[in-house]
Amino acid sequence: MEALYATTTGLLAACGVYLTLRGRTFPVVVGLTLLSYSVNLFLFSMGGLAMHGNPAVVGAGTPAADPLPQALVLTAIVIGFAMTAFVVILAMRARGDLGSDHVNGNRLDVSREDGK
Amino acid sequence: MTLLLIVLLPLLGALVPLMARNLPRGRLAWLTAVAPAIALGIAVFHLGDVFAGQTPQFHLPWISELGLDLALRFDGLSALFVLLILGIGLLIILYSRYYLSGEDSLARLYSFLMLFMTAMIGIVMADNLLLMWVFWELTSLTSFLLIGYWYQLSEARKGARMALTVTGAGGLALLAGILVIGHIVGSYQFDDVLAAADQIRSSELYPVVLVLVLLGAFTKSAQFPFQFWLPHAMSAPTPVSAFLHSATMVKAGVFLLARMHPILSGTDLWFYIVSFTGLATLLYGAWFALMKQDLKGVLAFSTISHLGLITLLFGFNSQMAAVAGLLHIINHATFKASLFMAAGIVDHECGTRDIRKLNGLYRYMPHTTILAMVASASMAGVPLLNGFLSKEMFFAESLDAQLLGGLSWLIPALATLGGILSVAYSLRFIHDVFFNGEPKDLPKTPHEPPRYMKLPIEILVLICLLVGILPSLVIKDLLVSASASVLAGPVPEFSLAIWHGFNVPLMMSGIALAGGVGVYALRHHLYSFQRQFRARNALLVFEANIQRLVNLAERSMDSFENGSLQRYMLWLLLTALLFVGIGLLAVPQLSGEFEQQPFDAMLLTGAVITGLAGLGTAITHRKRIVSLLMLSVVGLMTSLAFARFAAPDLALTQLAVEVVTMILLMLALFFLPQRTPKESSARRIMRDVLLASAFGVVIASLNFAILTRPVESISDFFMANAVSGGGGHNVVNVILVDFRGFDTLGEITVLGIAGLAIFKLLNRLRLFMPSSDLDGRSWSPDRHPMILATVSQTLLPLALLVSVYIFLRGHNEPGGGFIAGLVTAVAIILLYIARGVDWTQRWLRFPYQPVAAAGVLIAGLTGAGSWMFGYPFLTSSFGHFTIPVIGEIELATALLFDLGVYLTVVGATLMILANLGKLTTPHRPTKEKS
Repeated sequence: MEALYATTTGLLAACGVYLTLRGRTFPVVVGLTLLSYSVNLFLFSMGGLAMHGNPAVVGAGTPAADPLPQALVLTAIVIGFAMTAFVVILAMRARGDLGSDHVNGNRLDVSREDGK
Repeated sequence: MTLLLIVLLPLLGALVPLMARNLPRGRLAWLTAVAPAIALGIAVFHLGDVFAGQTPQFHLPWISELGLDLALRFDGLSALFVLLILGIGLLIILYSRYYLSGEDSLARLYSFLMLFMTAMIGIVMADNLLLMWVFWELTSLTSFLLIGYWYQLSEARKGARMALTVTGAGGLALLAGILVIGHIVGSYQFDDVLAAADQIRSSELYPVVLVLVLLGAFTKSAQFPFQFWLPHAMSAPTPVSAFLHSATMVKAGVFLLARMHPILSGTDLWFYIVSFTGLATLLYGAWFALMKQDLKGVLAFSTISHLGLITLLFGFNSQMAAVAGLLHIINHATFKASLFMAAGIVDHECGTRDIRKLNGLYRYMPHTTILAMVASASMAGVPLLNGFLSKEMFFAESLDAQLLGGLSWLIPALATLGGILSVAYSLRFIHDVFFNGEPKDLPKTPHEPPRYMKLPIEILVLICLLVGILPSLVIKDLLVSASASVLAGPVPEFSLAIWHGFNVPLMMSGIALAGGVGVYALRHHLYSFQRQFRARNALLVFEANIQRLVNLAERSMDSFENGSLQRYMLWLLLTALLFVGIGLLAVPQLSGEFEQQPFDAMLLTGAVITGLAGLGTAITHRKRIVSLLMLSVVGLMTSLAFARFAAPDLALTQLAVEVVTMILLMLALFFLPQRTPKESSARRIMRDVLLASAFGVVIASLNFAILTRPVESISDFFMANAVSGGGGHNVVNVILVDFRGFDTLGEITVLGIAGLAIFKLLNRLRLFMPSSDLDGRSWSPDRHPMILATVSQTLLPLALLVSVYIFLRGHNEPGGGFIAGLVTAVAIILLYIARGVDWTQRWLRFPYQPVAAAGVLIAGLTGAGSWMFGYPFLTSSFGHFTIPVIGEIELATALLFDLGVYLTVVGATLMILANLGKLTTPHRPTKEKS
């Protein structure tokens, strides 16, 4: 089971990294989101995976899941959303002001409108 | 305390000319002279103590932790230099008043001069090596201002920059040297360092210290091969040159040699480095002084030469040589300052400094000619003048240098050669300029300068004569006390007499005088010899080198920072891979001691769906909407994974965030290109796939390695103390609002800031609005479907109720401010989608920014509230209450904190989405507009 979990995390990370290496803003944003899923899963698993565990609530029975990674990941999810939002709006702004959604340093190229 | 005044008075004096800038020039000069004159008075007042062998000291703690104190000393060496700096400085003030033309700001020059004077006095009086270094760098900075005084001239700017670069770089080397000394000794106080001199000399770091300190001294004193900045510093006004290149600036370098003499000298290494540098500089400077056609150029190179002589003397490692070096410092300062001022008068009255044009000035300015002749004769080492004394001592010492073994005779021979050249260029300064025919097409008709312009030269020439004729009477006390500080012990007996009988040094002097006349007579042959060499302008070489350095820096910067995010990502990923990879290589075996848990079909299915969706996101990325839908699948599966592994809080949060994220990305996609054109080359795709795979493999391996090993978690503490310490059963929530409340406060602040930043980014955004979808179909006219509108409106109160429930129970059961906030936000966003921005804003007429701000404020104030009861920030307290229906809850301060979290999440999320959504409205007419 651990191997399965780790493989999934790694696969998501790989897909995320591939997308962040693209030359346009939107794939990069999608890639970052994907990467953050992977990282959240990774961090979440740091306390061990409780296959038959109970929620980290006092009195809910043992074994209980590790609450600390959960607390960290919970805020990470919210912050991740804020950062995704910021980056994607930045991308919009960049396109509005520069007329291009490139992030490969190729600023002169005015983007071909809407993939026609 | 009076010692501090010597340093502070010139500093305060720098303000005087600025405040008196509108006074007549004469009055301005007198006012400016007041402060240094008082300082000089104080210095003279202390002379008695110094001659009696005492060392007045002053100590004021400053940054004692770093070993840097405001510590001053006034020993013989300091006294000698302070007298030179202030005395010649005062003369320069008088001289500048006549030299500077009406268009130039005299006040500015005076102000810079006084600052420079402060820095110089600081160097020579500092009793702490670090303090000395601070003043050392101050001289570099202030000399930059002085050399670049005529900043409208490109030459002046470049000359100033070169001087600053060279001496500043040397200063950094000196700092390094001083720090190493501090490392060896454990103190920067001069007395401590002096006491540890043997320790420094026997330390294995001694060569490092020596080279670093000497780099500082040699750059400042324009020693070969750093001499090139000095001639270009001649683009300064002549009074500045007279000051910088006689008594100060370049003398700071030899001062450092003298100061460090008792600490660093006495070794073979010192002898070889210092004396050879000095010898090379002596000859180099003397040769080029003879070759230059510019009056100030001659003086510049002769300065280099004489500094080489002083350096050579300090390099001899002999007590008498050090005494001779000190004597020559005094003598050189007096005759060189007067020569510079004389050259300034010639320049001022004739309008040129070109020796080829200047001839026969004796007839026009006989008085100046006589003054210049005496000063020149002193420079040449003619008997009855002070230059003779030190030159004689120099020759005597050169005979005693034995370290070269069988080749030791070379040193006196080369010293005599230096003497010959020195006589030749001194002769040239007199004969070629003031005699030898008639002036050739001068811009002005020369005449004697104003009376008081000559006064400073007269005073200096008088000193030259007095020292030369009555040395024991005039200078012995000062020289002995200065020598005592340089030698840090008894001073050898010496006699300062003009006549020592017929001996070898006298013979060498005779050879130098006769040979000098001979060389001067043959000078035209030497000129034509020198013309065969291509003249290189050090300024151009320096500028070109600097430019090359800048280009190199720019190129290397550009290769990293080329504006391509892909490039940055590449470097980042490679670095991450490298470090994690190294870590993994060190692990003997990937799987740990734990047996793997078995997985069931459901888990397998989930993993496969997640993996496929992730792959799909990457593969279909060019069709952006498809990719986005794939991404949402991954998000939902992540949420399910959290639920499966007993993390209901996370699952709820992820679910809510997933909804919000998807709406956000869809909205953003509306304004961005719908498709990504094919751009990456096959090779690039290959590279990225490999890189991504490597990254995935590393992450997976790392994750697996950790999962199969036992963890030592600190969570047991949280589990054990959640109820007693935080008053809640849901440990995740207690951690968030209590144990790690400070983190959460930071995080909601970030959330609020992100919301605000987005709000500002959306301000006056120019948008590309597609008029149709991908396949050219126009947008649906039915923007707000009836069913959705009705349902969402009905749903809102329910959703709000649920969020209140989730919020209140959050402390004990899965839930809490984050999740409740997200649920509320989602419900309101649904209303936006269903009814449009206009309608919603009419009903929900509150701005979101204050909500978010209030959230952060409430959370912050809750934390601060515990201060009122004498507890640390964010200490929570709680009590139990029973509320009908919901049951028993704790009303903890943590709940108030969670309310802050709730409001921030609602405010920030809506700030982001509602503002983005609003962009769609003004551009398109809404259907329900009625």
